[in-house]
Amino acid sequence: MHELSLAGGILKVLEQTRARDPFERVTHLRLEAGALCGVEISALRFALQAIAPDTCLAGAHIDIDEPAGSAWCMPCSQSVAILSRLDPCPVCGGHQLQPTGGTELRVVDMQVV
Amino acid sequence: MCVVCGCSDTGTSKSDSSPEVHPTTGDLHFGAGAARVSVPGLTQQRTIKIEEDVLGANNTVATQNRAHFAAHGVRALNLVSSPGSGKTTLLCATIHALKAHAPNLAVAVIEGDQQTSFDADRIRATGAPAIQVNTGKGCHLDAPMVASAYAQMHSHEHEHDHGHGHSHDDAHDDAHDGHHHDHGHDHHDHHDAHHHHTPQSLLFIENVGNLVCPALWDLGEEAKVAILSVTEGEDKPLKYPDMFAAAKLMILNKIDLLPHLSFDVARCKEYARWVNPGITILELSATTGEGMQAWLDWLLQESAHHHHNAPDARQTRIAQLEAELAQLKSAV
Repeated sequence: MHELSLAGGILKVLEQTRARDPFERVTHLRLEAGALCGVEISALRFALQAIAPDTCLAGAHIDIDEPAGSAWCMPCSQSVAILSRLDPCPVCGGHQLQPTGGTELRVVDMQVV
Repeated sequence: MCVVCGCSDTGTSKSDSSPEVHPTTGDLHFGAGAARVSVPGLTQQRTIKIEEDVLGANNTVATQNRAHFAAHGVRALNLVSSPGSGKTTLLCATIHALKAHAPNLAVAVIEGDQQTSFDADRIRATGAPAIQVNTGKGCHLDAPMVASAYAQMHSHEHEHDHGHGHSHDDAHDDAHDGHHHDHGHDHHDHHDAHHHHTPQSLLFIENVGNLVCPALWDLGEEAKVAILSVTEGEDKPLKYPDMFAAAKLMILNKIDLLPHLSFDVARCKEYARWVNPGITILELSATTGEGMQAWLDWLLQESAHHHHNAPDARQTRIAQLEAELAQLKSAV
């Protein structure tokens, strides 16, 4: 259940931002959790819901974008789309893949009042 | 209205929490849903750009740990596995073997478990210094925990082994605050001679037994070492791909039990390379000592040269450069 730790990390980022740039509460929060970043989106939502009360995140809409996974196929020498780390290269069927996209886990922006 | 995802209680849910159900077996897959579409926000409100990595705070401390380890000539390895793979037994056997093979090499252990100091006690019984970190409800070690444990160990080593007269409170407090920013701690300034004589040393960080969460947390280690015992089944690399993708080395432990099992070693290695084409694989038995020499060679050979970058970052960079090269070629 590392998503709870991650939710705590997200709240920390928001509170640090609030210390620099004061606001009352967050109305919209936009996150990015890539398809290969090792985070289960529904568990992350659950964790954010659990920690939101009594914080600046209470009542906020949370959007989580999921950038698609991509990888560099060494035999094909090209970038290919993959859905998970288990996928073979859609071109050659091999597993000589190095993930290059979809590994990000970021707080993108937020709307505040 | 739902406070988290914004779906209406009565309308169509846009929640992504429904798992995909396998049509014949009824198995649930929570990770198979199509990518959610972002809902545009309200424009009249103030938007604050953040663009910050969720693990950024951890990674900052991990980078400080990495620099700290490099400054102290320490090669740190993060040992990850499921519970019961034999990590502590392997460590005890490794410490005993290193005493014979590399008597000048200092070896220390940070032990991560939810509760008890049983593992640290086992390590201390070998004569190596160990610090137990209990995570309580936590399922993984994070970089600040390792920074605190290392500071604790470091100050203890100084007190007990070197009998330095002055206090090391500075280093200790720094670690607790997560501010390892510079390496001009007092003990560096006053004890340069000591550090020039410090042998290359190994720090084993035994993570909490868990093949999921520790994959995400960089502790400042040079490499993650995934330990898989042959009693667990050869398909573990496919069941827990993130961990095996993050590891530089996979150790197949308990191979003395292979005659009693139907474990397919070749298939296991093939699976590990599916998720991580660059992974190195060693087979050994910590109990009988079979295969231990290759592990010791890996430890000693690798500790001869320093890697300042995380292996993942380096591999990613190579892949990026290859991608750029291919783009340039196609443009010509």
